[in-house]
Amino acid sequence: MLGSGAKAAKPSFVSYISPEEIHIKEPIEKEVNLRLLPGEQLLCEASTVYKYIQEDGSNRGTYGKLVCTNFKIAFLDEDSTSDDNEPQFKNKIIGENDITLQCVDQIYGVYDEKKKLLTGQLRKYPEKLIIYCKDLRVFNFCLRYTKEEEVKRIVSGIIHHSQTPKLLKRLFLFSYASAAPDNTDGRNQTVMFDTLEDWRDELERTKGDVQYKAVSTNEGYKVSEKIYRTIRKPPYELLKTDDLSSSLPSLQEIQTAYTRFKQLFLIDNSTDFWATDVKWFSLLESTNWLEIIRRVLKKAIEVVECLERQHTNVLLIEESATDLCCVISSLVQVMMDSYSRTKSGFQSLIQKEWVIGGHGFLDRCNHLHKSDKEEAPVFLLLLNCVWQLVQQYPPAFEFTETYLTVLSDSLYVPIFSTFFFNSQHQKDTAMTGESLKTQSSPFRFLTVWDWSVQFDPKAQAFLNNPLYAEKPKPDKSQRKTARFKHQRQLSLPLTQTKSSPKRGFFREETDHLIKNILGKRIGKFINSSDEPPNSFREFYDSWHSKPVDYHGLLLPCVDGPEIKVWAQRYLRWIPEAQLHGGGTIATAAKILDLMEEVQNLQVKMDEEHSQAISGDLHAVPMLRNSARLSSLFPFALLQRQSVKPALPTSTWKDLEDEDDLVRRDDEFVDLSSDML
Amino acid sequence: TLKDGANWEKSEEIPRLPGETRVTDKDVIYMCPFNGPVKGRVYITNYRLYLRSVENDPVVVLDVPLGVISRIEKMGGASSRGENSYGLDITCKDMRNLRFALKQEGHSRRDIFEVLTKHAFPQSHNLLFFAFANEEKFSENGWMVYSPMSEYRRQGLPNERWRVTFINEHYGLCDTYPSLLVVPYNATDDDLKKVAAFRSRNRIPVLSWIHPENQAVIMRCSQPLVGMSGKRNKDDERYLDIIREANGQISKLTIYDARPSVNAVANKATGGGYESEDAYPNAELFFLDIHNIHVMRESLKKLKDIVYPNVEESHWLSSLESTHWLEHIKLVLTGAIQVADKVSSGRSSVLVHCSDGWDRTAQLTSLAMLMLDSYYRTIEGFEVLVQKEWISFGHKFASRIGHGDKNHADADRSPIFLQFIDCVWQMSKQFPTAFEFNEQLLITILDHLYSCRFGTFLYNSESVREKEKVTEKTLSLWSLINSEKSKYTNPFYSKELNRALYPVASMRHLELWVNYYIRWNPRIRQQPNPVEQRYMELLALRDDYMRRLEELQITNNSKISNSSASSTSPSQMMSQVQTHF
Repeated sequence: MLGSGAKAAKPSFVSYISPEEIHIKEPIEKEVNLRLLPGEQLLCEASTVYKYIQEDGSNRGTYGKLVCTNFKIAFLDEDSTSDDNEPQFKNKIIGENDITLQCVDQIYGVYDEKKKLLTGQLRKYPEKLIIYCKDLRVFNFCLRYTKEEEVKRIVSGIIHHSQTPKLLKRLFLFSYASAAPDNTDGRNQTVMFDTLEDWRDELERTKGDVQYKAVSTNEGYKVSEKIYRTIRKPPYELLKTDDLSSSLPSLQEIQTAYTRFKQLFLIDNSTDFWATDVKWFSLLESTNWLEIIRRVLKKAIEVVECLERQHTNVLLIEESATDLCCVISSLVQVMMDSYSRTKSGFQSLIQKEWVIGGHGFLDRCNHLHKSDKEEAPVFLLLLNCVWQLVQQYPPAFEFTETYLTVLSDSLYVPIFSTFFFNSQHQKDTAMTGESLKTQSSPFRFLTVWDWSVQFDPKAQAFLNNPLYAEKPKPDKSQRKTARFKHQRQLSLPLTQTKSSPKRGFFREETDHLIKNILGKRIGKFINSSDEPPNSFREFYDSWHSKPVDYHGLLLPCVDGPEIKVWAQRYLRWIPEAQLHGGGTIATAAKILDLMEEVQNLQVKMDEEHSQAISGDLHAVPMLRNSARLSSLFPFALLQRQSVKPALPTSTWKDLEDEDDLVRRDDEFVDLSSDML
Repeated sequence: TLKDGANWEKSEEIPRLPGETRVTDKDVIYMCPFNGPVKGRVYITNYRLYLRSVENDPVVVLDVPLGVISRIEKMGGASSRGENSYGLDITCKDMRNLRFALKQEGHSRRDIFEVLTKHAFPQSHNLLFFAFANEEKFSENGWMVYSPMSEYRRQGLPNERWRVTFINEHYGLCDTYPSLLVVPYNATDDDLKKVAAFRSRNRIPVLSWIHPENQAVIMRCSQPLVGMSGKRNKDDERYLDIIREANGQISKLTIYDARPSVNAVANKATGGGYESEDAYPNAELFFLDIHNIHVMRESLKKLKDIVYPNVEESHWLSSLESTHWLEHIKLVLTGAIQVADKVSSGRSSVLVHCSDGWDRTAQLTSLAMLMLDSYYRTIEGFEVLVQKEWISFGHKFASRIGHGDKNHADADRSPIFLQFIDCVWQMSKQFPTAFEFNEQLLITILDHLYSCRFGTFLYNSESVREKEKVTEKTLSLWSLINSEKSKYTNPFYSKELNRALYPVASMRHLELWVNYYIRWNPRIRQQPNPVEQRYMELLALRDDYMRRLEELQITNNSKISNSSASSTSPSQMMSQVQTHF
């Protein structure tokens, strides 16, 4: 402890295991069954792979089989067959040790304690394999005891199938859709916005049908390939344009920030964790990710202010109009329209603004590994922003942060079509093309909104917010008109007039619009850049000085300490960050327990009334022994069970600037003087 | 003046405590850093400064106990130009500054400056603290909360290895220790006197807490007087060995020196030092690297700079890091976790000291006790903990806070107790169901740490408090709290006995306590916790259902039993049934 300041040379990879220890635990190679989905095929496998349990730097782990299919990479050990310890929150498609090919972020090999990024062809095969996942899991596999042939096959197989460019049609989505029985329960409550009716309903709901109309000029994608058949025309009145490409960070900046940010959570071991802990805040800041979230939220507030207070419509402009436009317009709706804060409302919003709105999920997630340049976590940015609102105003949302977390994970599950196309046009083309070729009926893709595909009802209950204060019955007389007047959707993203001819859509329309404004309404045209920033601050402050109406307008707090790290998503697999019996889940569990008690009482009362048992009860998740749940719940369930506290291994950095103070004693009294 | 006072009485409800008397009032302009100048009238009593705006809607109100004031400065002179440049600038101990502008004519600020100075700094003017004038009445008597004897009995003491000694009854052994001490059974009072000669300010190792199962103990003391020459003391060495043996383990005694090792070494120059391996072969010494009171004071000063009046925005995180405030919190918590873990799973007794054993030592022992003993996580238990480890063991509240003292730049001032409360808050934030009390209790404690309304935190030691007859002449803060416990109760609390609670001392989990440090900023939302509200609603709903269900069951049962005799009215039935209970 005396020399805690000295820095030891740090190897880039810390070995968890010594050869002696391997012999203590004999490899038990039970035959374990690989569960395959319809259309899933085993591609390669390797036996006697040792998987480390990422826990307090120990060498513990299990032997098993590492396999790679056309859908996932999976590790099979004896534990995976026993279902005694069934977790309460389990994904039916992706097991604890499964990694879908699209979920793989980076793969490293370890050669003589040195980490090396693996991408293409390999000349030498590593002793250890580290897989970093897009959902922030880190897997450590030791291949030292595996046959050389198998090592070669599995390593090159994994790299080939997860890291190299792919054709759209080779996505597992298609094999699954053609092999899976059509057992979806059709549509849930989510409005898919793929028909004219859906748009008309939405206009009616938002009372926009007075001035807007749903049209189908894009039938057959004549106007734009990016936009679906049905579009809405905005009325040309008071208008403000906001060029997002100049007022918000570029996609490149967003991508860079996120890449740095996520790296902070992909932790190899305990030493890593504590080494980065000392400078945690400046590390966080240097990624710029939280600052981007803040800027995006502020921009959304600005837009809300225009709509709400200045009664001005807002035209969002961006080169492709399918990235930051989607983020801002979605956020504005979440903030202004409480329907967007219900589960089905939020899903309909994503469907409308993103899926049908033409966000290029395929390119932005780089699902096909075609080009890194197109990659940008735009949708994740939205979820991160929405999370800020969810944690600031828990009663305002029907869904939980767990919902947002599993939604973000679902970006990488290629059995749903939702996040695997760049546009509806691309999806339609791919579907008809494939079905022509196979001469079968058109594909039925699954939608991610059918949560029963991934979670059974018990697990789905964790997606519902027990704090959600349901909307009181509408009081018809009240200020309805005033509120809805400016709640008109500003959604239809328009291109910049000077946008590249290749990618633009809706160009004539926009040109016309701009001319129109410049010609007739130039006096009322407000440019965002020369607007006094005061009005934003004033609007923000005045809203915050009033009590919150969870069903009304909701503005996020954007001051320094208010923008936080989405701990559940980013810390959920890190054992050092685990609070045994703590975290927000501790209070949530108490609420769920109490709700259950109340519901039981309700049932008993109904019985006493000798009425039929009331059927309208929401499923309440059952939490056993809730006081001892891990804060990482419902993720990483079976982590550290011991009560040993996590102790920082590196604690202090110098207070160089305060040397004189540091050296002083609390109170200067010469104790030796009276001894002499 | 009578007419004046009557006016004052009437003029909109100015809050007044029993025993609080008016001193003066004046028209001022409150220079609100958030809303700009506010015209108002300021009322000064022997307890508080109260401002009410005259034009604003909603009314702006300031209610500041004078004890909170750290410094009063005049700004501008009689000839100063510019609007509102003449007046008073008041620095507070609770993370805010107040600025009042006055009319320049006729030295209008002179009397208010003098009155404020006199009553905010009574110690410097030979006046009594307001606590001695306070005539409030409470249903509970907070002075009864802590009785050392019953607290030690609760811990199972004395037993065959530990005894209670009255050697310090008249503070003859150590004037900064309490009168009642627990020491090893095998050490005589004579031994204690010899050990006292070798410990700074006679603060000998005494017991703070004993583990109910493994009998390992937490001891606290001050540094040994080793000095440059490396003096040794056989009595001290033997005493530590007796402590080690007392829990029947053969392991070494663990000594945690809270200081960074360099400071411990440097202390030798002034006669202090630490236990060397040569002199104490059966002890293991670890330094916990917690910095001194001056570093902590500077750190809080930097924190105030970034949160008041405006919250640093563009580089919030790196600014926060540069204050080191959370880093210090992390180190204190890390130290306490080590102490607690050593006692609990290491089954080894530990000795904790720093230089004098009244700052960092108090932080470490009390936090470790909070981690190990769930009793201290109740409202009453926490009061006992503060009363015992801080107040009775001579944390120098008077010097660290500077109660009623005008010397704002005193180097003895330091936010050590605030830091402890912050650590407790961090723990309650990480374990929201483990504490019976809520954040409001912690904030209330901090408010009255400065207010001087209660005698609880006045003076530096038990001996002075006894001399000043604090328990006779003043009220205890715990009277206020225990009289309205529901206000300070955490509805999520689940009682769990004997469960060690280890927070994670990682920056990933440590947070700035916004509701305390930034509470004056209207931009930082102080909303009632919606999760808590929802839970309370559900609790009420449950109770309502239970009541109705009971009624239903009673009605139904009576229906069955009374099916023949049907003419009883429901109200009669109820009254019949109620007599059963």
